Amino acid sequence: MVDAVARGVHVSTGGRRMTLRKFVRRKSTIAFAMTLPLILIIGTLVVYPAFYSFYLAMLNKSMQHFVGLANFSFLFTRETFWMVVKQSIIFAVSAVVFKALIGFMVAHFVHNIPVRGQRKWRGMLLVPWVMPPAMSVLAWLWLFDPSYSAFNWLLEKIGASGVPWLGNPYWARFAVILVNVWIGAPFFMIMYLAALKSVPEQLYEAAAIDGANWWQKMWFITLPMMRNIIAITVLFSLIVTFANFDIVRILTSGGPVNQTDVFATWAFRIGIESNDIPLGACVSLFMFPILAIAAIFILRDISKRGNEA
Amino acid sequence: MIDRRRFLSASAAALAAPYVRTSHAAGSLAVGFWDHWVPGANDTLTKLCNEWAAKEKVDLKVDYITSQSNKLLVTVTSEAQAKSGHDILSLPIWLGPGQMASLEPVDDIVQPLIAQYGALPAAVEYLGKQEGHWIAVPATVGSQMKGPCARIDLFKQHVGLDITKMYPAGAAPDKGLTDKWTWDTFLVAAEKCFKAGFPFGIGMGQTADSVDSAGAIFAAHGAHLVDAKGNITVNSAETRQAMEYCKKLVQFLPPDVFAWDDASNNKWLIAGKGALIMNPPSAYAVAKRDNPKVAEQLWTFPSPKGPKGRFNPGLPFFWGIWKFSKNKIAARSLITHLSQRAAVEQLVVASGGFDIPSFAGLRDFKIWAEVGPPKGTLYNYPPFGDQIVHIAGAPAPASIATQMYTQATVTKMIAKFTQGGEAMDKVIAWASSELEGFMRA
Repeated sequence: MVDAVARGVHVSTGGRRMTLRKFVRRKSTIAFAMTLPLILIIGTLVVYPAFYSFYLAMLNKSMQHFVGLANFSFLFTRETFWMVVKQSIIFAVSAVVFKALIGFMVAHFVHNIPVRGQRKWRGMLLVPWVMPPAMSVLAWLWLFDPSYSAFNWLLEKIGASGVPWLGNPYWARFAVILVNVWIGAPFFMIMYLAALKSVPEQLYEAAAIDGANWWQKMWFITLPMMRNIIAITVLFSLIVTFANFDIVRILTSGGPVNQTDVFATWAFRIGIESNDIPLGACVSLFMFPILAIAAIFILRDISKRGNEA
Repeated sequence: MIDRRRFLSASAAALAAPYVRTSHAAGSLAVGFWDHWVPGANDTLTKLCNEWAAKEKVDLKVDYITSQSNKLLVTVTSEAQAKSGHDILSLPIWLGPGQMASLEPVDDIVQPLIAQYGALPAAVEYLGKQEGHWIAVPATVGSQMKGPCARIDLFKQHVGLDITKMYPAGAAPDKGLTDKWTWDTFLVAAEKCFKAGFPFGIGMGQTADSVDSAGAIFAAHGAHLVDAKGNITVNSAETRQAMEYCKKLVQFLPPDVFAWDDASNNKWLIAGKGALIMNPPSAYAVAKRDNPKVAEQLWTFPSPKGPKGRFNPGLPFFWGIWKFSKNKIAARSLITHLSQRAAVEQLVVASGGFDIPSFAGLRDFKIWAEVGPPKGTLYNYPPFGDQIVHIAGAPAPASIATQMYTQATVTKMIAKFTQGGEAMDKVIAWASSELEGFMRA
């Protein structure tokens, strides 16, 4: 009996050691260990601030009392808030539509360039996206500057009068959307170019044999094959554009009269500049349900198509 | 073995031993000052701090934090939230009142300085004294006035006014001319310069320069959006009068003033496009470097007078000590040292006359008479005489005025009424609604 117990203990101990070593050597354990630094960074710099901002949004202005959803109901009574909502939607939707269209067209042009020259065109076309936004937007600011605008200088040279690019609300909205499209279109271009290259050439050959024209090839082959990537890029860009801060902040600071303010810039003005951090947190959190709904619909559509396939 | 007798004799010997002071015996101190845009101004401040630190045996660390892109604002807000950071920070305008719960009362520093160097302008007290206590010490570094800076030649040629005669250097102002220097005269001058192709560059955007100018116009007409007790008073005859005045003025300004930031008016003047801006001498200093022909014609002088007085926009800076500071004694000592006359004079000279001491008895330095060309261009820059240093938003309680200022309520009202074409009643109703929102506790 003692021997049996002793044998049992010996086997049991050896099994535990082996199990632990096995566990450490498993690929999933190694993978987790390697991604742990990133998980910690995201947890500390993204997840924790997100939960903390939920908490902040439920405090009163002096951050001493819990007020539940009172800040949100207060926001809904503000005219400026609804103007910011409207502007953010106009800004995000129009910028994404134009980025997608321009990216799609440019991707086709690049795809049809002989392979030899494609690399340099791809590189050049990516420059607006890879340049630090603060630098490029500053350059745009100088192009639109009230006193030194290069665009107005050119207009005046041809006898036209200068445009108040950042002073007139409609031109200011145009300016921020234009800069956002200029910066973001290359991302769409590169994603759609990759998607185009993955469309089997045989489909186009078969369509040509059947007498399809370019539009029919586009509608029946290219677009269906690229549907998922289009959906994903649109969703991703919508999220990023909704949360845009630097372009509006540098170009117009949300002016004139809040008419180019988006959630992020208005949240900064309220929360940091006006010293009302809870209300600023509310404004920035308001994007979350809008984007969550958009994400659910788009991802559900992708998943449905995936299941059908 | 230690017995009682040996223990007592050892203790007595220890007590009688001389105290050997090591370096940094008075602890350490971390200070964050505003990064002065004038080259060399920071060096003088660092030198003064190091002299103090050597004398007081304090391990001092000095950081300079820029106000560009709100970096100083974000630093102040972050340190207040984290309750960790520097011991002393520069606090421009509203940052002090905004963080008053986290700031150490400094009546023991400010009251002796007032006794020593004279009274402080009401605007400085309005910001620096909250709930009966001084929450920060008025600082010389960064404190500025934003009165008119105009072109001597253009005013003579197109307005028929010699501004160097109205406000001469080294002599008292010409009463006959200064009595006529009103906002109505300003409007006439604006029209003449506009027609001559040199419009005034008065911003109507959402940044400080624009808000300060508009605030001075409103105050001069007696228009206050919120009174000292926190009552909304925007719907008044004075507000309507000020708005009508601004409507007339805006037609003589460049069309995109509604998008101007704090650099736009500087660029307008330096480029030679405008006859007048409302600004501290930063534009003059850059013009001296980049466009000397324009700089030679610049003259800084007080704002026009309105029905309620001559309100000149001012921007006071403060030095505040955090409550979480671990070396408040050293912090108090340093701020007191930097507020003494000898130190203040060095700081003002190093800034080229840009910095203005808040205390009345410290505004007699020669620098303002010497800066040029033209010589005396800044002689009338420090506030004097009938000028009332004004901060836009006053006299509303600081928590409300901060929001009015940072959200540019006044310039937005002007923009809605002029560029937006909205009716006066609608604009006032909108402003009233905004102000109600600022009241939330």
